[in-house]
Amino acid sequence: MATTACFIIVSRNDIPIYEAEVGSATKREDAAQMHQFILHAALDIVQDLAWTTSAMYLKAIDRFNDMVVSVYVTAGHTRFMLLHDSRNDDGIKSFFQEVHELYIKILLNPLYLPGSRITSSHFDTKVRALARKYL
Amino acid sequence: MIGVGKIKQYSNVLEKPLSKGKQEVSLSAFAFLFSELVQYNQTQVDNIAELERRLEDAGYAVGARVLELLCHRDKGNRRETRLLGILSFVHSTVWKVLFGKVADSLEKGTEHEDEYMISEKELLVNRFISIPKDMGTFNCGAFVAGIVRGVLDSAGFPAVVTAHFVPMEGQQRPRTTILIKFAEEVLRREARLG
Repeated sequence: MATTACFIIVSRNDIPIYEAEVGSATKREDAAQMHQFILHAALDIVQDLAWTTSAMYLKAIDRFNDMVVSVYVTAGHTRFMLLHDSRNDDGIKSFFQEVHELYIKILLNPLYLPGSRITSSHFDTKVRALARKYL
Repeated sequence: MIGVGKIKQYSNVLEKPLSKGKQEVSLSAFAFLFSELVQYNQTQVDNIAELERRLEDAGYAVGARVLELLCHRDKGNRRETRLLGILSFVHSTVWKVLFGKVADSLEKGTEHEDEYMISEKELLVNRFISIPKDMGTFNCGAFVAGIVRGVLDSAGFPAVVTAHFVPMEGQQRPRTTILIKFAEEVLRREARLG
């Protein structure tokens, strides 16, 4: 388990639709804001990189001090962004792929409006379980 | 047929596997449902353009989901970043899953660089539909045009997509052509990617 990790899903309209702080470290008060700030700053890089490859997993694209930003872009340009301080590349890739499946299942629900906030508590529970398993 | 055979119950959609499963549904059931969709929307509008727009919106929601699902299921998690790639994805992969066959043809417009056409002799949604004279150029293929727009737009290729009847020589029924006109930014990006 990583000491710090922040996971965000950003819709194709650049709106965060899911957020989770996953990590075992005791939280600093301003940690959540700082994580969002770093992830937000990385969005521009994602936009450029996304068109240069057809792979969904873009690996580590940005870093801030000892923290790394890894990104996964889905076919519909929804971005999964993970801020982490572990170096477990395979784990992160598996984490993204499994979250991707969960996301597709949420998306296929006709009552879910694409690009709106994911409020499902099942989704939240499952993402956190995956984070414990892989990160 | 829909509903024949035992369907496994899942407590939550997230438990359900994303694998292919049974692929075909009854054509009559679909035609009936689609007919209701058109009739319902017809009561909500007062002109043809509005009706087409509503059908297109219904299709758009399908397209956005189909793209994400099929890229995962059939393409092994690869995205499409090129114009021709996404067009052939629509023409073959999407068409095959939705209509059970590859589209009849995919052509580039002769007059404009940014126009592409997907033609189908007998579009599935139009099979049981004949348009009354007073409804002019209305085409229920607007629904399919919406699906195509949903796929393209979600994949980052915004385009205006419309459905038209094109009369064919020696054939009683006209074929349906889905006309795709890409936004300027898409062509600029294509040129940049080389």
